[in-house]
Amino acid sequence: MRQERTERGILEAVGLSVSFPSKPGRTEVLSDVSFAMERGTWTTCLGPSGCGKTTLLRVLVGLIELDRGRITVGDSVEPRANAMAYLPQQDTLLPWRSALHNAVLSSEIARHPRAESLSEARSLFARFGLSEAERLYPNQLSGGMRQRVAVIRTYLAHRDILLLDEPLGALDTLTRTTLQGWLLDVWRELGKTVLLVTHDVEEALLLSDRVLVFSPRPALVRARIEPTLARPRSRTAPDFVTQKETLLELLTGEGI
Amino acid sequence: MNERVKRTVAPILLLVTLFAIWELGARVAHVPGYILPPPSRIVATFVLRFGLLWFHSVTTFAEIVFGLLLGSAAGFLLAAAVVYVPVLEWAFHPLIIASQMVPVFAIAPLLIVWLGYGLWPKVVVAALIGFFPIVINGVDGLRSANRETIDLFRSLGASRWQVFVKLRLPGSLPALFSGWKIAATLSVVGATIGEWIGASRGLGFLMLQSNALLRVDVVFAAILALTLVGLLLFGIVRIIERWALRWRRRVAG
Repeated sequence: MRQERTERGILEAVGLSVSFPSKPGRTEVLSDVSFAMERGTWTTCLGPSGCGKTTLLRVLVGLIELDRGRITVGDSVEPRANAMAYLPQQDTLLPWRSALHNAVLSSEIARHPRAESLSEARSLFARFGLSEAERLYPNQLSGGMRQRVAVIRTYLAHRDILLLDEPLGALDTLTRTTLQGWLLDVWRELGKTVLLVTHDVEEALLLSDRVLVFSPRPALVRARIEPTLARPRSRTAPDFVTQKETLLELLTGEGI
Repeated sequence: MNERVKRTVAPILLLVTLFAIWELGARVAHVPGYILPPPSRIVATFVLRFGLLWFHSVTTFAEIVFGLLLGSAAGFLLAAAVVYVPVLEWAFHPLIIASQMVPVFAIAPLLIVWLGYGLWPKVVVAALIGFFPIVINGVDGLRSANRETIDLFRSLGASRWQVFVKLRLPGSLPALFSGWKIAATLSVVGATIGEWIGASRGLGFLMLQSNALLRVDVVFAAILALTLVGLLLFGIVRIIERWALRWRRRVAG
């Protein structure tokens, strides 16, 4: 289970190390993190809060420099940012844009033809239950709706890999559960490769093909788990419960 | 009476009461009209001399509007420069603060010397006085974009220009409009000062001239006109603000 995977996927990260300046010296945030993702799969980084999961995503999109390590996307090492769309943890919808115009922000920045982007966004809104939200401003949307719009915006960046940083972190349990199912629908229908960051064990188990369990800071990958659960998954299935136990033990360090 | 009605009626009632006291006081004490005319006289003058007041109001209004536009453009450009080039902030900040300690009254005569008696010295005085709140609010507004959203833009490969136009600029509007509302009010003062120093038309000029002729009723009528010009300007800024910041209202439509 903890063996290094070497098969080449859409994304391969080898020995990523990152440290930040601190007093005194430098604090290590990521320590020799390696993993690989195959096209169309869902990978989840599971780890305690503040362990450096967000740093990993920021490294992947090129917002933070690596001390050591190598990131390969497809067959090329650079420019990797063009292969990934990042959804930050905090609410980043622009309050002065309607939901629809927020969704096309990414394609607008990439200078895609406007009419085309808008009609694509409209059809995605219709397909994923957001039609009534089109013309509303973010402050008129519920937390769940805002996150849906943000996810569609991430998709509309037209990149192969979606990096989602705790997209459901700020939501209440009920909305969160609904959105987990919604995220799965989006992923299945749109066929993207997803890297999700979360500290919620159930969420990781419910959604992922592979779970990377991170240690507390400095983060290193403690284990790679591939849940052996048929989809759609149920929280109450005996297998689910057993694997959740395993994950929890790994997370708290007792399983090592 | 509900809250809304009270809010409308209360200031009107206060105003009416004050004017009633003034009217009564002026009449009972037989204060001469060239010292303190009663409100009824001022209103009558306002109506009778409306053509004259209109003529001078148009000039003052134009000075304020041009001044506001000039002050806003200069203020916003400086704010943007300061946000993007930190060394400019260190260079300009003490100067901008110090410039606010210099009374506009002291500069206005120089402007008359440099720019003559026409429209421009008044426009410049109004601009100088409206400039400060625009710079201060502009800098705050342009800086209000949060880190995560800037990172999002960077991760999408946005150019600096795109970050400015699509993020910083629209994000600065709430603060900028606060600045504009203050500037609109101050510019009225600026234009009037400019006219006092040297002018051949405008409400400030009319006030000085009428004062010298002991036509205090005309002075008051001019003050009333100036107030209306100021309110009109403030109202225009408010309307533009409501339109530009319509996304702040919670109700759809």
